[in-house]
Amino acid sequence: MSVFKDAGHLFRFAGLFVLAFLVFLVVRQYIVPKSFGQYGHYRGAAIDEIAAHPVKYAGHDSCETCHADVLDVKKAGKHAHVNCEACHGPLAKHADDPASVTPVLPDTAVLCARCHTASAAKPKGFPQVVPEDHSTGLPCQTCHKPHSPGMEAGGAK
Amino acid sequence: MNVTRRQMLILLPAAAVAWESVLAGTPEEAPNYKLTEHWWSMLIDIPKCIGCGNCVRACQAENDVPVGFFRTWVERYHVSDEEMTNPQVISPDGGKEGFPVAQEDGEKYFFVPKLCNHCADSPCTQVCPVGATFISPDGVVLIDPKYCLGCAYCVQACPYGCRYIHPEKKVADKCTLCYHRITKGLTTACCEACPTGARQLADLKNPKDPIHEFLKTHSVQVLKPQMATGAKVFYNELDGSVR
Repeated sequence: MSVFKDAGHLFRFAGLFVLAFLVFLVVRQYIVPKSFGQYGHYRGAAIDEIAAHPVKYAGHDSCETCHADVLDVKKAGKHAHVNCEACHGPLAKHADDPASVTPVLPDTAVLCARCHTASAAKPKGFPQVVPEDHSTGLPCQTCHKPHSPGMEAGGAK
Repeated sequence: MNVTRRQMLILLPAAAVAWESVLAGTPEEAPNYKLTEHWWSMLIDIPKCIGCGNCVRACQAENDVPVGFFRTWVERYHVSDEEMTNPQVISPDGGKEGFPVAQEDGEKYFFVPKLCNHCADSPCTQVCPVGATFISPDGVVLIDPKYCLGCAYCVQACPYGCRYIHPEKKVADKCTLCYHRITKGLTTACCEACPTGARQLADLKNPKDPIHEFLKTHSVQVLKPQMATGAKVFYNELDGSVR
């Protein structure tokens, strides 16, 4: 071992490196979350955390549990494929607690116009009117039922 | 305890299996939803979009999107015959309250709803220096707000401009494809609120999803295919002027 006769200082230095590496491993063990690398180079638990966010729109099926009568009318009309919350807004709280959280009825003057105001930018087949000419300021529900808006049989008047 | 060699040979692998399950930790909370059984995407049917802004409002309500920022927005294209490659694009307040009335001038108008494309090979996830953004095993590009530093590399990397730095949280934020909804069997808030069915959530791993039939029978494109991002938001009848 004559080669290493005067190499003690190198071994001590190497020992220092090994010690630092061990400290790094221990610290890393504490700092890196357990789920890091579970699916890839990210924290796997983040997926569950994002999935746990609260829902605001209850979804069409929730409405059907209580409002089947309204839905039957809607299904027969032109608005069959428009979901309830498209007009009534997010109502998950109402679905969770129907008694204490009651939804506000939307203002048809704003609501109907959003979709049905005539514009050259809209698809040609979509029913559109110029509100001023069409109703002269009358509320839409004077003639149309929002759940079944057609004027023919099954509609309002 | 006397254990014969035969018993020992049976016990050893059993113990190994037991130890593996201990190492793997507790099983996931939601047993009905399996990450590996889905590959989420969205279909946007341009001819059905009327530019009402319902999707933008629904997204902001569902996800508490800060005012002036958008996880989804709607653009209105106006393409004149002379300048096919230079369309006029407007998106007032992201199309949240609809669009100004367009007068009939014989030129081409259409609406293009936009959102995160949940790219399979996304540039945004590749540039993140800390592993805060990633594509989940079910194909949704997500951000871990606890890991994000707010360096905004990903905001620059997204070719579709779908990311922003949250003004209060100071971390990157974007569309999650309503991950908290789709994992519970609901559709996204924008699809729920769309009155014309112009937006449809689709699961490419579900053989019964109508998306498969639709993709076979329609002229469907993704945005910026030349970027090879593996975008998963499919646009039906997308005009060539859309960028």
